[in-house]
Amino acid sequence: MTKRFLLGLCLALGLLAGAHAAGGGAALDKFPAERVTNLPALQNGARLFVNYCLNCHSANYMRYNRMRDIGLTDEQIKNNLMFAGNKVGDTMHVTLDPAQAKDFFGAAPPDLTVAARSRAGNGGSGADYLYTYMRTFYRDDSTVTGWNNLVFPSVAMPHVLWELQGQQRAVFETEKDPHDPAKTHAVFKSFEPLSAGTLNATEYNEAVADLVAFMQWMAEPHQGQRVRLGVFVLLFLAVFTVIAWRLNAAFWKDIK
Amino acid sequence: MADFKEAPAGASMTTQATVWLENRFPTAFSEYKKHMSEYYAPKNFNVWYFFGSLAMLVLVIQIVTGIFLTMHYKPDAAKAFESVEYIMRDVPWGWLIRYMHSTGASAFFIVVYLHMWRGLIYGSYQKPRELVWIFGVAIFLCLMAEAFMGYLLPWGQMSFWGAQVIINLFAAIPFIGPDLALLIRGDYVVGDATLNRFFAFHVIAVPLVLLGLVVAHLLTLHDVGSNNPDGVDIKKLKDPTTGIPLDGIAFHPYYTVHDLIGVGVFLMIFSAIVFFAPEMGGYFLEYNNFIPADALKTPAHIAPVWYFTPYYSMLRAVTDQFVNVFVGIVAIAAVLTVLRAGLSGVWKLVVLVGALVVIALLKAFDAKFWGVVVMGVAVMVLFPLPWLDRSPVRSIRYRPGWNKWLYAIFIVNFLVLGYLGIKPPSEIGTLVSQIGTLFYFGFFLLMPWWSRIGTFKPVPERVNFHAH
Repeated sequence: MTKRFLLGLCLALGLLAGAHAAGGGAALDKFPAERVTNLPALQNGARLFVNYCLNCHSANYMRYNRMRDIGLTDEQIKNNLMFAGNKVGDTMHVTLDPAQAKDFFGAAPPDLTVAARSRAGNGGSGADYLYTYMRTFYRDDSTVTGWNNLVFPSVAMPHVLWELQGQQRAVFETEKDPHDPAKTHAVFKSFEPLSAGTLNATEYNEAVADLVAFMQWMAEPHQGQRVRLGVFVLLFLAVFTVIAWRLNAAFWKDIK
Repeated sequence: MADFKEAPAGASMTTQATVWLENRFPTAFSEYKKHMSEYYAPKNFNVWYFFGSLAMLVLVIQIVTGIFLTMHYKPDAAKAFESVEYIMRDVPWGWLIRYMHSTGASAFFIVVYLHMWRGLIYGSYQKPRELVWIFGVAIFLCLMAEAFMGYLLPWGQMSFWGAQVIINLFAAIPFIGPDLALLIRGDYVVGDATLNRFFAFHVIAVPLVLLGLVVAHLLTLHDVGSNNPDGVDIKKLKDPTTGIPLDGIAFHPYYTVHDLIGVGVFLMIFSAIVFFAPEMGGYFLEYNNFIPADALKTPAHIAPVWYFTPYYSMLRAVTDQFVNVFVGIVAIAAVLTVLRAGLSGVWKLVVLVGALVVIALLKAFDAKFWGVVVMGVAVMVLFPLPWLDRSPVRSIRYRPGWNKWLYAIFIVNFLVLGYLGIKPPSEIGTLVSQIGTLFYFGFFLLMPWWSRIGTFKPVPERVNFHAH
């Protein structure tokens, strides 16, 4: 009975997890997750983040000197990644006024410190989402900015990295709804380049992967330490459990 | 007062210290014997009996980590989210403390649900353990309040909107609802006032009640003695010389050392989550909660945390049509009572009038209100369980074979309700949760009838035990 119940419970939980993962919208590209432990990639990501994102977006919970954890010295951080007037122990705030920003863009740019965590669950991890998002901007004359995005339709942000990626347009095909022939949807087919950027497609993917790796790391700077420590904690607990098990057997041998 | 003892001449320092303490604090010694070294528990506990001590362990984890979180957390709508991120990043080991606390909340419910299930299948609530059960259900209620209020504190989107939805449920109560919701919020919207009072309840008021109830739960348990998987009353057969139950063994050292294994295995699972999957796929820490609370942006789908979802499903199941089902059930129950119960003329009239009043109320108030009632009663129905169960035996082992299927369906039904509560509402989901709700209430409210039916197996004199 107990075994059957536990088996049922496991199956039910498995079902739950599977169904949860299946929810969400457009298919996301897989972010190369191993990059989060690659220090040069994280440093390059930090450079891209500070140069391209940290003008409108803040990272208010992230301190500059936390970047020591990705192999940078305070000097390097001060000289390369900070604006004058900030201290290395400050958080990465921006001077853009949220009320004005809302006027400029139609929506205040959100804080990005934990964006890689909050964006999870849309059919992939938060990093998958950001990795796909930053690579699927396309030209669209019907929007205010002239830009649109595949995973975030009608997004307020224009394509900030367009000089790197170049411009592209999206090709859609109208397909009939399989459930309701009266309806049609525009289904994305492919991108067509309009103009080249300073990076080729491979280099651009690499750069975005570095940027997303940095954002993924920034969302939880202790994630590496957490996993490394976890291994030792589990090893300790395994030994503890074996000792407890034998101790129990030693005590219980008189119970007939 | 006991006589003053003297340590024998030339006794060791330890003996002298023990005697000194025993003369001044004899209660410590007698209570230790009563609750540990001379508390005799049945020797046939199985794996289900780990969850009581594990619930205590999780309680300690929550209290200790909670104390350290309080040192850095700021209960202020403008600073709460920031202070949690401060704990996660800048406080040394803050991330570990916070993940232990957030994982501990879910672990608490897992352990407590399994502990309650144990009580259910082995009839641990039956005479003479009714009060143990009632204190336990009260602990469960406190735990729900504690978890709900604690969930507001990180001040993320799900914190905010989850609280908004649940507090608005109180507004559905006729006449007093809107004022009651206002009283809970302390404002017209969930805001700083709400956060501050929830913080006060979460860190002091509810934990105090919870601890008191835990003490009452344990004292009543130790007064009547533990049940066991066979449901055998071990106090019936005692050793004539020592007066110790033949099937009883001292809690300490036998069960303390036994529970250590449970602690080890539990902590391995707990640590695996804390260190390798603290978000647990969005179930323990919801992704939306990494966005600060925004009263102007309603998330597309607001789901309570997983441990509330079976009850949330029952709440959502109550639609206008479903209220008609209740009307039908009340009518049938009244007619059956009048025809079959052999009441005198006056009482027949009372039953019929009573049923008509209930039906009138069911139709008079909004289905949303009845949904709230169903959700509340779903928990409250656990209180009278000792009196609903009329089975002559305690343990499922000696109940009729089909009871096992009934209990299996009950648990699957509970899990399905939980699953549906996570999902956005759908037509089929509502239908399934309506059937599930009827089954859940049928299981408890029809128990006085079904628990008596069938052939019961004879309960042995002694417990089943195979030496390790």
